[in-house]
Amino acid sequence: MSGANDPYDPKQVAALSAEALESAVSAAIEAFAGAGDLEALAAVRPAHLGDRAPVLLARRELGALPPAARSDAGKRVNAARTAVTEAYAQRLAELEAERDARVLAEERVDVTLPWDRTPLGARHPLTTLTERIADIFVGMGYEVAEGPELEAEWLNFDALNTGPDHPARSLADTFFVAPEDSGLVLRTHTSPVQARTMLERRPPIYVVAPGRVYRTDELDATHTPVFHQVEGLAVDRGLTMAHLRGTLDHLARQLFGADARTRWRPHFFPFTEPSAEFDVWFPEHRDGPRWVEWGGCGMVNPRVLTACGIDPEEYTGFAFGMGIERALQFRSGVGDMRDIVEGDVRFTSAFGVGQ
Amino acid sequence: MKVPVSWLNELVDIPTGTTVEELDAAFVGLGLEVEEVHRPPQLTGPLVVGRVLEIEELTSFKKPIRYCQVDVGEEQPRGIVCGARNFAVDDLVAVALPGAVLPGGFVIAARTTYDHVSDGMICSSRELGVGEDHSGILVLGHGDADAGRLVPGTPAAPVVGTDDVVFDLEVTPDRGYAMSLRGIARDLGAALGVAWHDPAALTPPAWSGAPGWAVTVADPARCDRFSMIALEGLDPTAPSPWELRRRLAQCGVRSISLAVDVTNYVMLELGQPMHAFDRDTLTGPITVRRAAAGERLTTLDGVDRVLTCDDLLIADESGPIGLAGVMGGATTEIGDRTHAVLLEAAHWEPTGISRAVRRHKLPSEAAKRFERGTDPDVTVVALARAAALLAEHGGARVVGGPVDLDVRGPRPVITIDAGLPGRIAGVAYPPGQVADVLRAIGATVEADGERLAVTPPSWRGDLTDPADLVEEVVRFVGFDEIPSVLPTAPPGRGLTERQRRRRSIGRALADAGYVEAPSYPFLGAAVLDALGLPEDDDRRALTVLRNPLSEEAPALRTTLLPGLLATLARNLSRGQRDLAVFEHGVVFPGGARTQAPVPGVDRRPDDDVLAALLGAVPPQPWHVGVVLTGNREPRGWWGPGRPAVWADAVQAARVVAAASGIELTVRAGERAPWHPGRCAELVVGDAVVGYAGELHPRVCAALELPARTCAMELDVDALPPAPVPVGPRVSGFPPVHMDAALLVPAEQPEAAVREALTRGTGELLEDLRLFDVYTGSPVPAGQRSLAYAFTFRAPDRTLTGEEARAAFEGAVSAAAAATGAVLRG
Repeated sequence: MSGANDPYDPKQVAALSAEALESAVSAAIEAFAGAGDLEALAAVRPAHLGDRAPVLLARRELGALPPAARSDAGKRVNAARTAVTEAYAQRLAELEAERDARVLAEERVDVTLPWDRTPLGARHPLTTLTERIADIFVGMGYEVAEGPELEAEWLNFDALNTGPDHPARSLADTFFVAPEDSGLVLRTHTSPVQARTMLERRPPIYVVAPGRVYRTDELDATHTPVFHQVEGLAVDRGLTMAHLRGTLDHLARQLFGADARTRWRPHFFPFTEPSAEFDVWFPEHRDGPRWVEWGGCGMVNPRVLTACGIDPEEYTGFAFGMGIERALQFRSGVGDMRDIVEGDVRFTSAFGVGQ
Repeated sequence: MKVPVSWLNELVDIPTGTTVEELDAAFVGLGLEVEEVHRPPQLTGPLVVGRVLEIEELTSFKKPIRYCQVDVGEEQPRGIVCGARNFAVDDLVAVALPGAVLPGGFVIAARTTYDHVSDGMICSSRELGVGEDHSGILVLGHGDADAGRLVPGTPAAPVVGTDDVVFDLEVTPDRGYAMSLRGIARDLGAALGVAWHDPAALTPPAWSGAPGWAVTVADPARCDRFSMIALEGLDPTAPSPWELRRRLAQCGVRSISLAVDVTNYVMLELGQPMHAFDRDTLTGPITVRRAAAGERLTTLDGVDRVLTCDDLLIADESGPIGLAGVMGGATTEIGDRTHAVLLEAAHWEPTGISRAVRRHKLPSEAAKRFERGTDPDVTVVALARAAALLAEHGGARVVGGPVDLDVRGPRPVITIDAGLPGRIAGVAYPPGQVADVLRAIGATVEADGERLAVTPPSWRGDLTDPADLVEEVVRFVGFDEIPSVLPTAPPGRGLTERQRRRRSIGRALADAGYVEAPSYPFLGAAVLDALGLPEDDDRRALTVLRNPLSEEAPALRTTLLPGLLATLARNLSRGQRDLAVFEHGVVFPGGARTQAPVPGVDRRPDDDVLAALLGAVPPQPWHVGVVLTGNREPRGWWGPGRPAVWADAVQAARVVAAASGIELTVRAGERAPWHPGRCAELVVGDAVVGYAGELHPRVCAALELPARTCAMELDVDALPPAPVPVGPRVSGFPPVHMDAALLVPAEQPEAAVREALTRGTGELLEDLRLFDVYTGSPVPAGQRSLAYAFTFRAPDRTLTGEEARAAFEGAVSAAAAATGAVLRG
């Protein structure tokens, strides 16, 4: 430690005196405090922290001190310099905070302004609902099967136990393709996909076939000549109507809520025996909870299995089908079929891009 | 099938207090869907039976008016004014007394009309809401003959039928027996567990003598029972009793004459359609035979029909007199002078009837029953029932013996394992229940352990297979017995790549602002003309429907554009201006076809037959298309909108390609309906997969679309599978950015310049972006300036200035060599 009584040259070391340093520090603090904005602060900075600032000039004098006094003076200079630097930093921070507050306030915007520069598109609800149903079945291990809309008459009817003179065939309201012997129709249901699948694959078969189908109905509030169905088919050993019910109940719960379930009514389809129509209990119906007619189902007629080369003694199967338009109508409260089919963008846009 | 509850009540011991809702549920449980329940019309106050005692004709008015004295069970008859003339003294009528309110809120009060006080109203069936007849008042009966059951002053509602509920049931094509009160009563009795009375359980009288007419059946395969009786002495003017007319009306059958009404009534009751011939118009013996091709028959509806050799006829020596099981002929129709009648009741093979109905488009009530299958046991019973009614109400008597040509074979026996219904339903039916149910539906069951030999009843021609018997058991025990069990499917493979791709495309276009609009796939040649397609365009090869909904659009679409443009037009007509719409789905290319074979269904078709069958179904490729008009980006507080242009349509194709994971090349193309200078050909690999751009101005004009409407269509099925993407090496070294403005001959496509720049730069090019296209001074005419921003980067080092410069110069010189591009100073 150097003592205060060590000899030194006063002429050379005046700048290092405690008084001089204190005065330089207080002058700097005063100057910084007096700077009203960042520009003013920048303007006074060189005088107190620049190369010619007193505390920096004082530092240069250290070399003139005798070694014994140098350490003591050095500490004083460093302390003074630190004090000025800190004063500067403090004032700088104050002024920057003030500026930021002012500028950010000035930069305030109305965040509620719209920015719909990119228009929103939408997928048709028939598409998204079909995908949703298909996904439910894919989740159960089913695969999604497809077939052509312009279909062989044999696959649309004959293979499904609906021979040329079957009364159901005249009820089917079929679009026939010219010429008369073309053997082609617009498929009246997705059921020919059943036949195709069974002709193509060996059991076990678990497929679901969504698609567009055709009947010669005029378009009105409840009918459309072009509509969509989802058909399901399972062929395996030991399948029963209980499995069919379990499958439909599961679908109903997935689509219409945990309380949904199905109710069956005896019906007739040539390609299933026994056959039923089924209703679904829909708690969220806009007119209150109720049973809603939805589709048909049954055990695959052994004659259909035979026509497709599957031994009905070994395998049983179940099949079901329902209308997507109908499901959309009651699930989304759509009153008029025409809104679904006319392609009005106002209708479809309400459904968004979908999942 | 309309079913009045009052009629059912006569046949079934329906428990007292059974509600309409309970009957409804019972029908539904039987598989007889209730389409509608007609409840009685609202009618309150006194409606009583009246007997007309006196009729005074009032002649001083514009139309004839009657002032009647009517006994309504009171001390004094009431005076009632009536405008109808179809009744006589002693007729029994329905009288609404003051205080009654008829359907429609019509209040009856004593009032003065035509100078007389009318103290009530004699009603027509329409005024009572039980029929459409308003040509006269409703006559319930005549004189003393009906006075026993029609007592003046007693309530008329049960007689008139104003308290009756009518169920309208939908009968499925397999249940012919349910097209009759008899069949429905049998099912309902079983469902309710109560007794029923079979109206067919009557023994025909022992008619004696030679058969009433000579008949031969030449086609026993299609007519295995033909029965006929002859009647004489019919009073052709005898009216049908109200009871009969009321039931016909409730069942939706028009009353015509007593003879016709009786045959219809028995058809409704027993399910056996009948035909009445005017005997005096017949010539010689009757033959049931096939028609000769070209033979003609004018049917009762007045239509002259040309017959085919598949048509089955009733004929006499004059030729055809009826289309068997479908409709009678005009020449032998009974009329208001018919005294002698031949009544026919037969059993026809159902599919032949179906063919005739379809061929002649003649879905008669009789044919509806025959094609579903009738009960061959009841032909003679039905004749006896009809004869009794005609005797009672028309004075007719049977002459001679019956004709009954019956060549039926034994009914088939179905062998079924008693456990099968349980195994199919997933329900453990108690032992014996299966046989019990089958007996309950009328079958004969012989049990040998678990093997049941089942002979279905005569009225159930639909029961042919064990599966049919399974359905009967499950239906009768009830579907509610079936538990809910989720099966375990084997692991599936999820969606196919194609299915995934379609979803990606739809989502990508929707995310890009397009709204999906599926349209009907029908079109006509006119729209293809409007699109300006050349005569030899492949999209003009159409698949045509034989029975289109509209003659203007009889064919299946070969392109998505007509549907999309129609959607656009519809939205425009509804006030939209800015539209971007997409559709994806199949198209149906035309062209040469092979005929699809029609194999049998007793086994799987042979592989070559199956291949021919599947091959006859033409490929139906999946297309995607967009159309745009108005602003692609709307105006807003940020500035003006941006109109949709050709480039948006091309970009839509790029969006589709990106969503499909494949690379798309765009080059100038020329194809209708696009603007020849603004048409992009969309190329993948070597294949053209579609087109995009602005529509030809003439097309916009022809279709009345806004000018510069844009469109894109491409064949998604023509896109190759997406390669598995390769992850790029991401360099952490700094990039070098350089810009270049190139003067390029105007005819050089930008794609060519870009290709050359990319090729010339080599591996160091990370990104190349066109940021300006400029023509006009100082760029010389015939040229344009293309300005590019390059990003160079090396994977393993910081690029030196020299390396970047070399890459840049390589790019520019490649562009110069390929396109004549010159770097602007």
